[in-house]
Amino acid sequence: MQNNHEEDVTSQIELELLLEAIFRQYGYDFRNYSRAHVKRRLYNRLRQHELASFSQLQHAILYDVTVFHEVLRDLSINVTEMFRDPAFYASLRAEVIPILKTYPYIKIWHAGCATGEEVYSFAILLMEEGLYERSQIYATDFNTDVLETAQKGIYPTSRMKEYTLNYQAAGGKESFSKYYTARYDAALFDPELKKNIVFAEHNLVTDSVFSEVNLIICRNVLIYFNRSLQNKVMELFAESLIKGGFLGLGTKENIMFSPVESLFKVLDAEQKIYQKKFV
Amino acid sequence: MNYHAIVIGSSAGGLQALKTIISGLSPHFKIPIIICQHRSPYSDSFMVQFLNELTPLLVKEADEKELITERHIYLAPPNFHLLVEEDFSLSLTVEEKVNFARPSIDVLFETAAEAYQHHLIGVILTGANHDGAKGMMYIQKKGGLTIAQNPATAEVPIMPQTAISSGCIDYVVNLEEIAELLNKLCKT
Repeated sequence: MQNNHEEDVTSQIELELLLEAIFRQYGYDFRNYSRAHVKRRLYNRLRQHELASFSQLQHAILYDVTVFHEVLRDLSINVTEMFRDPAFYASLRAEVIPILKTYPYIKIWHAGCATGEEVYSFAILLMEEGLYERSQIYATDFNTDVLETAQKGIYPTSRMKEYTLNYQAAGGKESFSKYYTARYDAALFDPELKKNIVFAEHNLVTDSVFSEVNLIICRNVLIYFNRSLQNKVMELFAESLIKGGFLGLGTKENIMFSPVESLFKVLDAEQKIYQKKFV
Repeated sequence: MNYHAIVIGSSAGGLQALKTIISGLSPHFKIPIIICQHRSPYSDSFMVQFLNELTPLLVKEADEKELITERHIYLAPPNFHLLVEEDFSLSLTVEEKVNFARPSIDVLFETAAEAYQHHLIGVILTGANHDGAKGMMYIQKKGGLTIAQNPATAEVPIMPQTAISSGCIDYVVNLEEIAELLNKLCKT
């Protein structure tokens, strides 16, 4: 019987081979994700399938695409809410929107939008600021299942109370209920809100520069990446922004110590809002 | 030295318990401590400031990808899970709540046990739910040392009691004596 340490080394090898297999077979690259998170999620998957090792899971993934899709869902981040961190939206409204208003046409990239709650939040904000009609929002994620949910714009009625409080704390100007129609347990958001949203598949890890945009919002995605991948994605963002464009990250993410740090100035240190310098 | 890190899990009544432990640590205490205290997603930095004033050690909220360092006490930020990576850095996630909690004690304990193996001490304190029991079992399985607050000295006994009942606890200790035990175990 192997001791604890040998077991761990073996399991480490198996995990690396599994991630390699997913990449080679399906093109999704999780090799540079934070390992502790990936390991936890895959352990849960092992238990559910009553498999004994990552090698067995690798076999299942390679030969059964439905198992792969389960794992893909495990490894994508689908927990979000409308106006998550209201202070972030309040700060966007105060610091960023007035400058965006000076452009005749604006492009916004919401990277890693998951099921779309934060995209609709931002669409509402743009509507209220009179900017929506001249905005184009690209909402992207690597997981097409969650994009489908986002596209529908239907969320549980049970969450509306919490979202209303978030909306108000974010400086909302209307009655939040005007943006959705509730029927039984489903709240359908006003289709007008998605008129200028394009939902598209894009993988931050393997795909390239998106397009020249005025604002990138990417919240609580980078925390799942290791430092080298974070740096790579940060460079992708810097390249995708116009000069003077804005970057909004999650409250625990920042561009400090990344190679692009010097290209940005800090607009709101606490809410992690940055502006790409003009020179 | 045998131990390289300590993880502490606490919930209802945790602030007082943490206060008692942290203020009882030796001023020369070296081993890093990582704390998962359940709290509201909207809580501010009060707890960090409060605890930081009790000790010459540095108490801070964990930053993502921060390297775990001696003489530091890290607190899980509200509304994030806190995980320990194999290179002994900290990472954060926003995945689903575990045991109705984010941060979850099990998530911290299990990942810390993976990283530190038998060089880890786990401490479970006062609380009203079952979070942490699985994590303590995992710490023991990896050869680490497990300590539960004596439920009789806990503001809410459920959490330490659950861990004790699962049979994975090495020491059941009165709250006032936990710091002393840690000082002894981690003496350099």
